[in-house]
Amino acid sequence: MKILVAVKRVVDYNVKVRVKADNSGVETANVKMAMNPFCEIAVEEAVRLKEAGKAREIIAVSMGPASCAETLRTALALGADRAIHVETDAELQPLAVAKLLRSIAAAEQPGLVILGKQAIDGDNGQVGQMFAALMGWPQGTNAYKLEVGGEELTVIREIDGGLETLRLRLPAVITTDLRLNEPRFASLPNIMKAKKKELAVKKPDELGVDIAPRVATLKVEAPAGRSAGIKVGSVAELVDKLKNEAKVIQ
Amino acid sequence: MAILVIAEHNNARLAPATLNTLAAAAKLGGDLHVLVAGSGCRAVADAAAQASGVAKVLLAEAAGFEHQGAEALGSLVAGIAKDYSHVLAPASVFGKNLLPRVGALLDVQPISDIIAVEAADTFKRPIYAGNAIATVQSKDAIKVITVRATGFDAVAATGGAGVVEALPVVSVDLGGSSFVGAELVKSERPELTAARVIISGGRGMQSGDNFHLLEAIADKLGAAVGASRAAVDAGFVPNDYQVGQTGKIVAPELYIAVGISGAIQHLAGMKDSKVIVAINKDEEAPIFQIADYGLVADLFKVLPELAAELDK
Ligand SMILES: Cc1cc2nc3c(=O)[nH]c(=O)nc-3n(C[C@H](O)[C@H](O)[C@H](O)COP(=O)(O)OP(=O)(O)OC[C@H]3O[C@@H](n4cnc5c(N)ncnc54)[C@H](O)[C@@H]3O)c2cc1C
Ligand SMILES: Nc1ncnc2c1ncn2[C@@H]1O[C@H](COP(=O)(O)O)[C@@H](O)[C@H]1O
Repeated sequence: MKILVAVKRVVDYNVKVRVKADNSGVETANVKMAMNPFCEIAVEEAVRLKEAGKAREIIAVSMGPASCAETLRTALALGADRAIHVETDAELQPLAVAKLLRSIAAAEQPGLVILGKQAIDGDNGQVGQMFAALMGWPQGTNAYKLEVGGEELTVIREIDGGLETLRLRLPAVITTDLRLNEPRFASLPNIMKAKKKELAVKKPDELGVDIAPRVATLKVEAPAGRSAGIKVGSVAELVDKLKNEAKVIQ
Repeated sequence: MAILVIAEHNNARLAPATLNTLAAAAKLGGDLHVLVAGSGCRAVADAAAQASGVAKVLLAEAAGFEHQGAEALGSLVAGIAKDYSHVLAPASVFGKNLLPRVGALLDVQPISDIIAVEAADTFKRPIYAGNAIATVQSKDAIKVITVRATGFDAVAATGGAGVVEALPVVSVDLGGSSFVGAELVKSERPELTAARVIISGGRGMQSGDNFHLLEAIADKLGAAVGASRAAVDAGFVPNDYQVGQTGKIVAPELYIAVGISGAIQHLAGMKDSKVIVAINKDEEAPIFQIADYGLVADLFKVLPELAAELDK
């Protein structure tokens, strides 16, 4: 079985982003970029499935500007066998990403596609489900544990209220939650080896996908600020403030 | 044109977030319809019909809808969506699992997690863990939207006079997904997203056993208990407790963060709380930058004191 893993390049999760002065977006110049944390988990899960003999080949896919190649090299260093970069400087919204993935899946015929449950820049949480719908495949979002059998897989999902177990027919789509695994670090020899792995570049046109945005961003603003209040000296003082000043407890 | 709200429920009860979603829908202008899809869920449809402003409830009952798989529900919703200007669902795990699927089937780019309605096609939503708020405008004919419950005050659960109309359900295609089981956390306490008061513990709690210190206080305040990701990852408490960018988004009257440092991903889930209290032994902890009341102290010393003080 082939596994397709979608990896997005995003602003590193440790960076506190700032809104641009002209309110057109957030500042991304000279900001540290990294693989979306959920995508790291997706790559790790694919690699573990391959190590367990459940998968034959792992193909990492990323869409966006030239710099995505760096993120794909990371995926290759972590254990992906080859990579596909759909290169464009245009804004890509989840519907476009899902359609580009459909086009790649049609050519590659993967048995399993693993994505992050959300990209921590746009916080959309959509691509996996949209891609699954376009393919007519079942989906296991927010995966907490995965077991792949012959023609099907069992996924435990993190849901509001606890955990849910589903059995999905393959091919299927999985989106990763935080506790699915703990991603490894790429070793130096693997980083070197990754440089020699195949990285194909394609354009959205070649894939026959219209990527025109459907949603316009009119402005981006900083959220309403919240400032520090006061320090209290004791539990008695805290309770007094909560009762008599904030009036949130009786 | 009318607006369709997808009800979240467990076949027995309507989830409160549906009422917040209705509040967002009411700002759009148009008749409000609610879809209740499930099995043996007539009572949910009756409850939805009572919600303020609801004109009609579509009831789709079938065994195949019992577990509300996104594959089956996605096809159902996409099939009826053409009669609507907007399709909305709560931005819960349920809604987030379902609506993108509906969007793709309709060739629509969905809008996740709206916190404000500016116009029928224009919405505000947080991005980058709430460090920025985007105003976005949809060009699609049908708007497919998930609604962040904390952004909208719930409509009244009663007072409405909607009619319930059963949809003819021919057959349900589960789309290759079958339900095996669920392990739901049972608690006597209020649900996190509906609680008026929340007390959350972080890595500083050191173990799951120590959460009884928080529970003792929660019992006195009628509070829900939450946690940081670090506490969940360490296995102190179930995943369902996680508050944050990738967990639950809450905005109670009072949020008490205990042994939580205040990473942006945690703040993303609770910084809209009305009053925030932080208890942390490190006076430099970032949580103090957003707390209304900060107590620099060892939690193991002050939690029992707090429980005792609340008894006075
Ligand atoms: C993609 C991604 C998504 C994430 N999503 C979330 C999310 O949704 N929610 C979330 O919470 N995190 C999330 N995180 C993790 C987040 O970055 C932090 O790692 C996490 O919030 C830290 O949890 P914590 O504050 O409990 O632990 P720590 O940062 O370790 O803080 C523990 C605190 O406890 C204090 N303490 C220790 N002992 C005591 C004591 N005896 N008395 C008083 N204080 C004490 C310490 O001073 C410290 O400030 C995410 C991270 C990533 C990468
Ligand atoms: N530009 C992209 N390139 C590759 N994968 C992507 C891209 N955008 C989104 N994805 C995948 O879809 C997941 C969810 O993204 P989103 O729906 O944008 O929150 C991510 O974790 C990735 O796995």
